[in-house]
Amino acid sequence: MNAPLTHLQKLEAESIHIFREVAAECEKPVFLYSIGKDSAVLLHLAMKAFYPSKPPFPLLHVDTTWKFREMIEFRDKRVKELGLELLVHINEEGVKAGVNPFDSGSRLHTDVMKTQGLKQALDKYKFDAAFGGARRDEEKSRAKERVFSLRSPEHRWDPKNQRPEPWRLYNTRKRPGESFRVFPLSNWTESDIWDYIAKEDIPVVPLYFAKKRPVVRRDGALIMRDDERMKLRPGEQVEELSVRFRTLGCYPLTGAVESTASTLPEIIAEMRASKTSEREGRIIDHDGSASMEQKKQEGYF
Amino acid sequence: MNAHVTEAEALAPETAPAAQEKVLLRFITCGSVDDGKSTLIGRMLYDSQMIAEDQLAALDRDSKKFGTQGGALDFALLVDGLAAEREQGITIDVAYRYFKTDKRAFIVADTPGHEQYTRNMATGASTADLAIILIDARKGILPQTRRHSFIVSMIGVRDVALAINKMDLVDYSEDRFNEIVAAYRDMAKNLGFRSITPLPISALNGDNIASLSERTPWFQGEPLLPWLESVEAGAGDLAEAPFRFPVQWVNRPNLDFRGFSGWVASGSVKPGDAIVALPSGRASTVARIVTQDGDLPVAVAGQSVTLTLADEIDVSRGDILSSVEKQPEVASTVEARLLWTAETDMHPGASYIVKLGARTANASIDKVRALIDIHTFEPAPGKPLALNEIAEAKLRFDRPFPISLYRDNRDLGGFILIDRITNETVAFGMIAPGRAAPETLARDESGAQESGVDWGRLVQNLGEKLLPALGGGVLIGLGAKLFGAPTSTAVALGLADAAFRPLVRGWYGDFRAALAKRKSDDEITPDGAGI
Ligand SMILES: Nc1nc2c(ncn2[C@@H]2O[C@H](COP(=O)(O)OP(=O)(O)OP(=O)(O)O)[C@@H](O)[C@H]2O)c(=O)[nH]1
Ligand SMILES: [Mg+2]
Repeated sequence: MNAPLTHLQKLEAESIHIFREVAAECEKPVFLYSIGKDSAVLLHLAMKAFYPSKPPFPLLHVDTTWKFREMIEFRDKRVKELGLELLVHINEEGVKAGVNPFDSGSRLHTDVMKTQGLKQALDKYKFDAAFGGARRDEEKSRAKERVFSLRSPEHRWDPKNQRPEPWRLYNTRKRPGESFRVFPLSNWTESDIWDYIAKEDIPVVPLYFAKKRPVVRRDGALIMRDDERMKLRPGEQVEELSVRFRTLGCYPLTGAVESTASTLPEIIAEMRASKTSEREGRIIDHDGSASMEQKKQEGYF
Repeated sequence: MNAHVTEAEALAPETAPAAQEKVLLRFITCGSVDDGKSTLIGRMLYDSQMIAEDQLAALDRDSKKFGTQGGALDFALLVDGLAAEREQGITIDVAYRYFKTDKRAFIVADTPGHEQYTRNMATGASTADLAIILIDARKGILPQTRRHSFIVSMIGVRDVALAINKMDLVDYSEDRFNEIVAAYRDMAKNLGFRSITPLPISALNGDNIASLSERTPWFQGEPLLPWLESVEAGAGDLAEAPFRFPVQWVNRPNLDFRGFSGWVASGSVKPGDAIVALPSGRASTVARIVTQDGDLPVAVAGQSVTLTLADEIDVSRGDILSSVEKQPEVASTVEARLLWTAETDMHPGASYIVKLGARTANASIDKVRALIDIHTFEPAPGKPLALNEIAEAKLRFDRPFPISLYRDNRDLGGFILIDRITNETVAFGMIAPGRAAPETLARDESGAQESGVDWGRLVQNLGEKLLPALGGGVLIGLGAKLFGAPTSTAVALGLADAAFRPLVRGWYGDFRAALAKRKSDDEITPDGAGI
């Protein structure tokens, strides 16, 4: 009679279900918008979940002040198009203290500007549930995380004591001060994300597409020099190479890949043929094997 | 990443049989501690080329640091992703991994073998279509093998692969393999599995995983991965069942629009279909199926949509919109299987929060009928439940619920209990056929049970079998007047206008109570197949 649902249709329906559960059961949710491809898909799903209503929560961007300029442009354009409310939070103490990815190191920078910044914002607005675009296929400690992930009032994750989460039943009870991180894309893979972007024609930041960009070879990675704050070390020079990004974050911490893939089908073909994982280009993930778990315990998204 | 996908497929993701066109199979690995579950999944990911080069390099480093194989690749480390797991060489929580082959997409949940983490195993099992039960060839069936087998059966998995692992440590002995398989078949004979497929494997060496091993020339079956690519498993077609739509959220952007956002848990729906909202019993007609991509002509099981109705009837979160012809029973007491997941014991009579579908209420455990002994699968007299124990119990909700049996629909018949003080999820519940009225009165034994109460048969049966016993001559007269002599559900329902339904329900509740009283013997189904 009716054709069975495709894999992507099932994933979409599951994500929409999760959005609605939060809207119905949490008091003050927020959507953590990080501007990348996963956020783009997540936002698209949020729009679908509540249509014809607008999503009943604002977007929050924790701006480390080191995002690619194209990301910020894209963010502002997208939010305007969709008519949504956007909150931008910057850890001003971190800025005052002069924390930056070059002098402070990736670890400290990420902790202060991203993790602490996020906690400040969640505390400031008293959000009790925050949607994030993390996927279980990204990393092996993420593979262990629940869809509804409980955080203590100090925003800590207790990986050894997660609530069981059978079927599609989410226990959304919490004590004052506790909050949830909610991951509607838990069961999506990188390849599902791109297939869905193609199928639904979802706008993404142009940095995902190959173009000639000014890059510097540093510590084995290709870093795009997005502004003058990146000082060249002796012997370094800026090259114009055709590159693109598989994930997006702070520009000094995000390695580019050499590529000529400038269309969606080309990107998808390249991803399928790739022998490395998407997180390869993220410098913060490499500080030790369990480092993502540690960061998450400390409150990193 | 996936070496199998051709460029042509990759270039046309919408049309080619790429990811989204593949059939999805969800499975778990389970079994006792150290039987090799995580190693097997790591091995399958590796053999299907799902491990990227940087991840392989990390695996090599990790194997030297934490590995249990003297520095050689320890595939379990691909899956045991928590620091505590890597230090201790055990699995604590379920890991979900995703892989694809030419033929299928897979979601696999690697579950922990330790008894302490049984609830995490059950979490993984709750959405699985199929289970791989591992047994260490040296050790044979262990108590945890039994427990996991029971939970797998109880949670509704019908097809299992019985992977006799570590065959390398028993010289690939055919006799040893046959001995364990025979013992397992005997143990599982009452668990209601539709199929048990035994395989001799070595997760460590890769024997009979991707391809047949030369070391087991006596093995006639298929290797594991090709078998997984073709095996038929999973629930029947929910799209063919009666329409059920749990309402999650009332969608009210402005005064002119009032929709009900939820998901189609079973069946399908079209504009113009008559529906009834439960538990209120108010009837209406579907006006539109609203999505951002435009109105749909039909929505089927599994889809998340927003429905608008022709009439302004009162519907709120937790209600179920149902087909009129086949309605679920509405009740405030249920019989259920419980898996206790909290460290603290159950308090008999204590009140918990129940969450079933999108509906939340207070629940109390009226009676623990029996505990299931994990060694014999026999029921033992009830007592307060402790962590990881399984029981048959009677629960009472403080408001009526539309009730479906777990075996008919996991999403409509599965629930959780929550402790109102600690907020912990203290139990998984699965609604079982009631001991009293609906099972004996309204169901046939053919196995093709419907979750809705067959009103026609109910009334008929009441007349034939029960009313004399209960001295209910007045009721039988009324029933005959209202329904004539109904021969089919459709006829009965045609007559049973919505206005009469609450009335019928009232009688029905009384009959249940009376029946329950009559039945002094609480017979128990000793296996997990009943759910
Ligand atoms: N010789 C041999 N060793 C194996 C085989 N499979 C697994 N092992 C070893 O058995 C030990 C336990 O393996 P795991 O995969 O961690 O077992 P598990 O079932 O996941 O354990 P838990 O998740 O803690 O219950 C490890 O040292 C493995 O290397 C096998 O086929 N042959
Ligand atoms: Mg394990």
